[in-house]
This record gives sequence, C-alpha cells and structure tokens, in this order.
Amino acid sequence: MRKVILSLLVTLLLTSMVLPGFAAGPTTLTFWTFQELHKTFMDDAVETWNKNNPKQQIQLKTEVYPFDQMHNKLLISLQSGVGAPDLADIEISKFANYLKGRNPQLVPLNKIIEPIMDKLIKARFDNYAKDGKYYGIDYHVGATVMFYNKEYLDQAGVNVDQIITWDDYVEAGKKVVAATGKPMTTVEVTEHWTFYPMLSQYGTDIFKPNGDVILDNADNTKVLTFIKDMIYKHEIAVPAPGGFHHAEEYWAFMNQGGAASLMMPLWFMGRFVQYMPDLKGNIIIRPLPVWKPGGDRSAGMGGTGTVVTKQTKHQDLAVRFLEAAKISREGAIKTWTLLGFDPLRWDVWDAPEMREDNMYTDYFGKDIFTMLLEIKDEINPTVITDKYPLAIDLLKKNVCFKALRELSQTPEEALKEAAKELRQ
Amino acid sequence: MNKKKKASLLSFFNSPKTAPYVFVAPFILFFLVCYVYPFIKTIIMSTQQIFGFNDVEYIGFNNYRRLLNPHFFNALKTTSSYTFWTIMVLIPLPIILAVFLNNPATKGKNFFKSALFMPALTSVIVAGIFFRYSFGEQPTTLVNTLVGFFGMKPRVWLQERGPAMLALVVLCTWRWLGVNIIYFLSGLQAIPQEIYEAAAIDGANAWNRFFRITLPSLKPVIIYVVTISIHGGYSMFAESFAFWQTHTPGDIGMTIVSYLYQMGFNDFNMGFAAAIGITLLFIVMLINLIQLAFMGFFKKEGN
Repeated sequence: MRKVILSLLVTLLLTSMVLPGFAAGPTTLTFWTFQELHKTFMDDAVETWNKNNPKQQIQLKTEVYPFDQMHNKLLISLQSGVGAPDLADIEISKFANYLKGRNPQLVPLNKIIEPIMDKLIKARFDNYAKDGKYYGIDYHVGATVMFYNKEYLDQAGVNVDQIITWDDYVEAGKKVVAATGKPMTTVEVTEHWTFYPMLSQYGTDIFKPNGDVILDNADNTKVLTFIKDMIYKHEIAVPAPGGFHHAEEYWAFMNQGGAASLMMPLWFMGRFVQYMPDLKGNIIIRPLPVWKPGGDRSAGMGGTGTVVTKQTKHQDLAVRFLEAAKISREGAIKTWTLLGFDPLRWDVWDAPEMREDNMYTDYFGKDIFTMLLEIKDEINPTVITDKYPLAIDLLKKNVCFKALRELSQTPEEALKEAAKELRQ
Repeated sequence: MNKKKKASLLSFFNSPKTAPYVFVAPFILFFLVCYVYPFIKTIIMSTQQIFGFNDVEYIGFNNYRRLLNPHFFNALKTTSSYTFWTIMVLIPLPIILAVFLNNPATKGKNFFKSALFMPALTSVIVAGIFFRYSFGEQPTTLVNTLVGFFGMKPRVWLQERGPAMLALVVLCTWRWLGVNIIYFLSGLQAIPQEIYEAAAIDGANAWNRFFRITLPSLKPVIIYVVTISIHGGYSMFAESFAFWQTHTPGDIGMTIVSYLYQMGFNDFNMGFAAAIGITLLFIVMLINLIQLAFMGFFKKEGN
C-alpha cells in the first residue's frame, strides 16, 4: 500500500514538473541589458506581442546587470560557446569587440532591416554592421541637443533663440555667470560626452572611413582647445562634478540648479526625468549652437544595439520579436512614448502619437519633436572601427582628463599621444 | 561473492599505501582542474592573438613585447606604491592595536576585536561603493566634512594621484586591519609570559620589553603578513574598480590587474591580457623571493 502511495506521489511530482512544458505555454526568451529603462521598454513590447500573436506567446526573462559586468559576461559566454542569452543589449563603444574575428557570434538581421531600409536612418545601422551584415538594432538616433535652464537665462536677460553660434553661446555664458553666479555649462573631464559630440558636429571624427586615425588633426585640436578655453579662459564652464554627466555628484549638483545649460544627446531627457526631478518645467531644449553660420546643429551620439546571439534556440522568434519591438511602426513610436528617444524610423516622426502628452512633454514642454524634425538632416555619421573601444577609452581616460582637468598636457599633446597609440 | 568484493575494496582503501592518495585525491583533482589547467592555458593564450570565436593565431612573444608601454609601467608603479603604503600602514598599526588588545588591563576587548574585524566580512564592492561616496567631491560628503573640521577646503579626492592613493590605502586599511590584528594577536599569545616576567625582574621597561621581546618573537608572523600583503597588494583590483570602474582618469588608480581586465574585456584582447597575467605572476614571485631572503626566511635555524 505504502509503495502505491509513494509511486503515485512520485508520478504526480514528475508530471507537475514536466507539464508546464507541454501546456503550449509561452516561449521563454532571455534578454540581458544594463539599463533598467530598456527592461521597461521590452516588457511593454512583450505585452504588445502577446496581444498580437496569441498563438505564439513570449515570456521575456530580463536580467539587468551593471554596465561592465553585462558586457564581460556576454563576451565570455559568446567566446566560450555556452551561457549566452537569446537577446542582449550591447553599447556602441563596446560593439566592435563582438564583431572581431571571422565569425561573429551574433545573428545577422538583414532580413528584417533591408525591406524597410528606406524608412530607417541608415547611419544608425551602419554602426552595428560588418561586411554588409547588420548585427544590431539601436534604440534611437541620439541627436545631441542643448538643455537650457530657462530661469537662469531669464535672470541674465539672454534670449535663447539668439544663441546661434558657439561664440554667441560664450557671450551668453558670460552674462549668465555675471547675473546668477552659476556656470553656463559643465564639461565632461573623465568621459567623452562633451568633446565627441562637438567634434562630430564640427564635421571631423576619430577615424577616417578607411580606418586611418585623424584624432590629432587641426580641427579636433581646435575643438578641444575651445572647450578648454570655455573653462579656463572665458570661465563660463566648470568640469562636471564627479567628472562626467552620469555621476551621482553631477545629478545632485544639477538638480539643485548647478549650471545654466548642458549639452547631451536627447536620450539624456530620461536622466533628467529620473534623477533631476526638481528642474521640471525649467528646462528647455534647443539645437546646438553652430561652429559657423549654416553649420550642423546636432550630432548623433551614443547608442545601444540589441542583438540576437547565435546560441539562441528560438532564432526566428527572437528576430521577429526584435523587429516588432524596435523597428515596427508601433515599436518605433514606443521608443518615443516610453523612453523619450528619437525613433530610428523617420516615417513615424510626424505621427499623431508623437504629439501626445507623456512624461517628457510634461517635463520639457510640447515642442520637442518639432525641434527634432528641424535638425534631422544635420547629423553626421561617426566612423566605427575595430579600434573604437580603445579610442573611446583613450578619450575618457587620457585626452579629456589630461587636457581639461589635470592640465598636464595641452590639447594638442593629449590628442597626439592618443592618436599615436591608436596608430600602433 | 559480493562480500569478497566488498572486503577487497575495503582492504584497498584501508591499505597504508593507497589510503593517503585517496585522502588527497580531491585536493589533487581540484588543483589540477582549477589551477594547473587554467595556468597552462593562460601561458598558451599569452602567445596568441585571439580575434574572436574559434579564431586564433600564434604570435610568439609579441604580446610580451607590447607590454613595454607607458600604461603598463604606470600600472606597475601605481601597484607598487599601493603595496608599499598598505604594508607601511598594515604592519605597525595592527601590531600596536594587538598589543593593546592583548594587555590584560584593556576593557571591552571582545567588542573592539569584533568591531575591528567586522569590515573584513563585507564585500569589497559594497565597501568600495561606500568609500566611493565618502570620498565624493561635494562639500557634504563624509571625508570632506571630516577634513572641514580641520579647516581644510573640500577637494576632489578621486581625480588626483596623491588623494586617490590615499583613498585606496584608507579603504584597504579599513578592510584588512582586523584580519592582521588577529594574526598578530595569535602571535602575541604564543609568547611565553615567563620571558616578560624575567625581563621585568631584570628591570626592563615596557618600551624595552616591546622592542626586545615582543617584536623579535613576532617575526615569523610579520614575515607571513608581509608575504600575503605583497601578494594582495599586487593583485588588487576590486577597490580600484569600485572607485572608478574601468576608466580611471589619467590612469591614476589603474593597477596591473585593472589593466589586464581592461585589455581583456574592454578591448577584447585576451592574448595580451594573458601575457599581463603571466608577467604579474613572475613579478610577484620575484618580489616575494627577494623579501623572504631579505627577512632571513631561507636561513637555517641556528645559523
């Protein structure tokens, strides 16, 4: 008798373990990211997918790791052939690492990208391509803009729409400093989000398209010197507290109204909403001042490509889900409504949804998208090569720090030294 | 039949010839799989250029030749000075505290012992993040408030070479002080009380007793602590990572292991990273040997 009960129990236990697998339940996909916001976005995309595909339900298991940890874990699991997730986010400055070698361990996404290429911003896909194959889909265009603190500008009697060139910006900065005692802006000295957008906007780059290093050319030297002069000669800028615009010190400083303006890509709106709530209603967004009349008013910066790894067991499903989540019409619109990003699909930029209220319009006002449409053709592509991770690293650690903060090298020396190392 | 088999198996395990091997087998296996294999593999990797998945090329000593660059020498300098300062602080300070804790007149010994030991139980990253914020640059951070009491102006601690090193050594001291105290306490308790009594009868004062009896008797413990401190100092990584992640401004806090990590994972240059690792091994071994010889570890007893 006892045996019967026991065997019954065992069978029960076993079936309960096996059954969920058979219950035509949702397919589980795993997704690694380093950004909590991306998890929210993907969770929403899964909900939409499950509504549209009742027969092929998805359950997304998302792991949010710290930035470095996630990239290393992914690199090691791809290198060793086991343990990688189905989908993963790879930040642009790290992406080149995953494309090294003859056989990248990522699934080419041409099949979903090429049919709608005419509606997409090609430059943002070329960042993640190798040998004609596209391996990643970004979240945004990353147009760099200027966030102004309206209160300070009003106090100083500065009309924001009369700041046309960078020289105007410096003059306005002097008025702001005189009237409010606050610096006009902050400059990143341990990362590259001040120098890199400004050089891209100027029309120069780190590499030439053929891979030659041009980091130490005269244009780049001029841009870096200009930034240095803003801090030490015109005294309208300060090195960002904490060293960069993502430091906790910086958010605290800025939230208390630390500086009158800030240049960052549009996706920094999310950081304002999340970490600097006290500035709500006080920040207005404008295109960048230009270097010369008629020059470009923005630069496409940053980015994170979502990839499908070759280790996935549901390749087709993962790819189709990625398409629906990020480059379908609905998905592209969601990148704006949920994340406050400028979508990769031009054809949704004038969609009615883009004009609706959301937490970003609550914070920054309603005309963000009108302004964005204005500058959409003024974004230069950036050249990304195998050496890009090293180049960004050198910009962060050496060039910006030594030339702008430590002052142990002149802009020219710092750029020469970094370029020499990149050429090796 | 079955019984016979059991008996022979038993006698096999019980025989004085095999039993020792059976007992050490788990360790040997662990050692082979988790130490020897990765070690050999690392040596092989250090002679390769690894481009990607299943895409490897033999390049001889090129990775080692590439080590002759300013970043590596800077990391070597930073690591050496970190090791030097941690030893300078973490030998005398715990000895003094251990002597006080060992004194019968001290009250609340257990409280102090556990309070000093507690930090060793925290994770480096947790402690590191705590110190990262303590050493923040706003006037309201812990360290800036403290120096404010002495009339010093708030400063940017983690973007200058000297203060950055100070922050690293303070973190290390906070974490390891208690562990070293335990080592020295056990050393102190091994010193026979009679020697002190005899010295007291001969008229030796506390000062003399400390320098003539306590310190010489602690020598084996000191040698041990210095040895592990050198090893610990040269392999330091997590502290620097907690302060700056992988990009220390101007390399001010970049240790050899940070450099290895950066090359291996940031640049995905595993072969070069392996070469850094092997070089680090030989540097630490060399320094440890010199230090042991210098401290008379290899001298025979009675020489």
